[in-house]
Amino acid sequence: MQLNIEVNGKEIQARRDETILTALLRNGIRVPTLCSIKGLSPNGACRICVVEVEGKAGLVPSCSHPVEEGMKIKTHSPRVVKARRTILELLLSNHPDDCLYCERNENCELQDLAVELNIRERRISGKKSKHRLDLSSPGVVRDPAKCILCGRCIRICDEVQGVSTLEFVNRGSKTVVGTAMNRDLNFSSCISCGQCVMVCPTGALHERSNLDDVLDALNNPHQKVVVQYGPSVSVSLAEEFGIKAGKDINGVINAALRKIGFSYIFDTTFGADVAILESAMELKKRIETNQFLPMFSSCCPAWIKYAEQFKPEVLPLISTCKSPQQIMGTIIKSFFAPAEGINPNEIYSVAIMPCVAKKFEAQREEMTQKAISDVDAVITTRELARLIRLYGIDIHSIEPQQPDSPLGMRSSAGKLFGTSGGATEGIFRTLHYYMTGKEMQQPKIADLRSNGAIKEIELKIGNKKLTAILVSGMGNIRPLLDSVAAGEVKAHFIEVMACPGGCVNGGGQPFGSSEKDVKARAKSIYEIDEVETIKVAHKNPMVTDMYERFLEAPGSDLSKKYLHTRYTKRDVLM
Amino acid sequence: MRSRIESLLENYAHTKRDSLIPILQQIQDDLGYLSEEAVVLVGKHLDMPTSQIYGLATFYNQFRFEPKGKYHVQVCHGTACHVLGAQPILALLEKMLKIKDGQTSRDGQFSLQVMSCIGACAQAPAISINGKFYGKLTQERLKDIIDELKQH
Repeated sequence: MQLNIEVNGKEIQARRDETILTALLRNGIRVPTLCSIKGLSPNGACRICVVEVEGKAGLVPSCSHPVEEGMKIKTHSPRVVKARRTILELLLSNHPDDCLYCERNENCELQDLAVELNIRERRISGKKSKHRLDLSSPGVVRDPAKCILCGRCIRICDEVQGVSTLEFVNRGSKTVVGTAMNRDLNFSSCISCGQCVMVCPTGALHERSNLDDVLDALNNPHQKVVVQYGPSVSVSLAEEFGIKAGKDINGVINAALRKIGFSYIFDTTFGADVAILESAMELKKRIETNQFLPMFSSCCPAWIKYAEQFKPEVLPLISTCKSPQQIMGTIIKSFFAPAEGINPNEIYSVAIMPCVAKKFEAQREEMTQKAISDVDAVITTRELARLIRLYGIDIHSIEPQQPDSPLGMRSSAGKLFGTSGGATEGIFRTLHYYMTGKEMQQPKIADLRSNGAIKEIELKIGNKKLTAILVSGMGNIRPLLDSVAAGEVKAHFIEVMACPGGCVNGGGQPFGSSEKDVKARAKSIYEIDEVETIKVAHKNPMVTDMYERFLEAPGSDLSKKYLHTRYTKRDVLM
Repeated sequence: MRSRIESLLENYAHTKRDSLIPILQQIQDDLGYLSEEAVVLVGKHLDMPTSQIYGLATFYNQFRFEPKGKYHVQVCHGTACHVLGAQPILALLEKMLKIKDGQTSRDGQFSLQVMSCIGACAQAPAISINGKFYGKLTQERLKDIIDELKQH
């Protein structure tokens, strides 16, 4: 139902049950916000969005106040602007003054707001908070001193990811965002998905940077630095340099990495191709023996940690295949290096990922061979942008180049891993071949390409009907896991991506991206699949060659030793 | 401890989240504090994340997360006591017992808790040790009281 309200002297239409802010935004009227974020419940914590409503004694927070018929609203009256400025000055009064050194410098919503509201001096000086940095987690750093208590991280962790690690602890001026029993993040239920980092308006939550480790390795003459980058990185980095969202700059990344001084530049998509072969073979065996079904995907490390903590009963159902990053790491050190006559100890293996959970995955104890880590350092898409700037490389003028052989060759099926539904599509193309001996007539499986939170799809392979379920956004999985544990789910394959939409929306991606930007990244991945000639992983000649030279065949004993892993129950406070 | 908490939770077999505070209160009455184990078990019982239970419990002054000491010292910090010198009383206690508000000494002898008001305004500044009130305190008298307890 429509309502009429008056905003700044102009009549606009609003819908019943919507908030003032929603009505304003829909009508193109902008009000500054801080704690409000699309898709999460409003909590009215920061009060920056206050507006003046005729007849109401106080100012009302537009983000959480419903519209009423005939409301007369002023969004920028002197009283409102003065209140907003005071609110912001109070928020800044105990905020550290180290913007220059802050992770979020030039990328901070608090900073932007201070500019917008023209705050140019510190009028109010508060007692600085003395909370220590929480560096315990390999993925996410907590710096409570910079927290403005907007509660976005709490809401995304609870409402979207269903993990609920973070909560307001204590009361009044002593309030902090903390974990159960005030444990450090590494000992909490955090799955390192990094979605809290994506919504944090300040530097209170950020990734644990591994850039210095990479720089040290690059400067070490005794080390050969090998780099791989994840399928979704090439369609996401462009935004960091003001290029249109979703533009695939694969070749530019290769050229930039070569210029920076990496010895070998590989594409994680090769690892994804190998993961497809291994997973498809594993799934085929499980379907034939009708055991350990449904098979869960294993490429997302945040999902793996979630299962280890919250539902260890389903661990035997998860594919034992390592993630593409770890497969690459293993192949680089255990096969590529010896074949090139390089001592694996001299290799420093770097992975560029759209993800902070990958940092956690790389340091799992299972991910080592003879006490050497398969992957030594993981940096995010954002850290890659910093690395490129640090080396003074002009992304706009550099000529695209090819990655190195042999681990730079890829199929477009592996590339699909970058988006929700992609792993399933890639695996089913190869599964079709494994089960029928024939290629799919139409490799594109359009049903898998919607960005729904949870979706069930029926696929025909030969005369067999198979069911796949896609889940993206960790919070959507809980009811499904309960049904799976109770043996009520008849599906064959379940793909789980912790981040809503998959890796294109990962916790290591550029800050400040809109929903549209994320969709553009996914679209770009599908366009790559349209135009490339090798559309199935088992036709990647370098993958076939690698199996012939080292690993015999997908699912062989050697593959199992090197490319598969195990999972263990984790005891954390949930 | 686990079985005690579990049997306590049996009294709340069909309750939902709105029973959280009474449950926590009863556990604290019984055990003297909210242990990590208790928070986890309550979370399982009510199907609630432990972070939310901890968040709620830390909001209220009445809940503690360390066991009480043999001598539980409650320091009144109400208006009357504040005006008549609760702050130096607290400072002396912190110094003598080497613990702060909400903590328990390592030997388990003393625990300290700051209260909003213990209802002994006429006796200000006042403290209560294991329910026994000590009023019109001076630094010297407080020192004697604590020294005496330390002898035991």
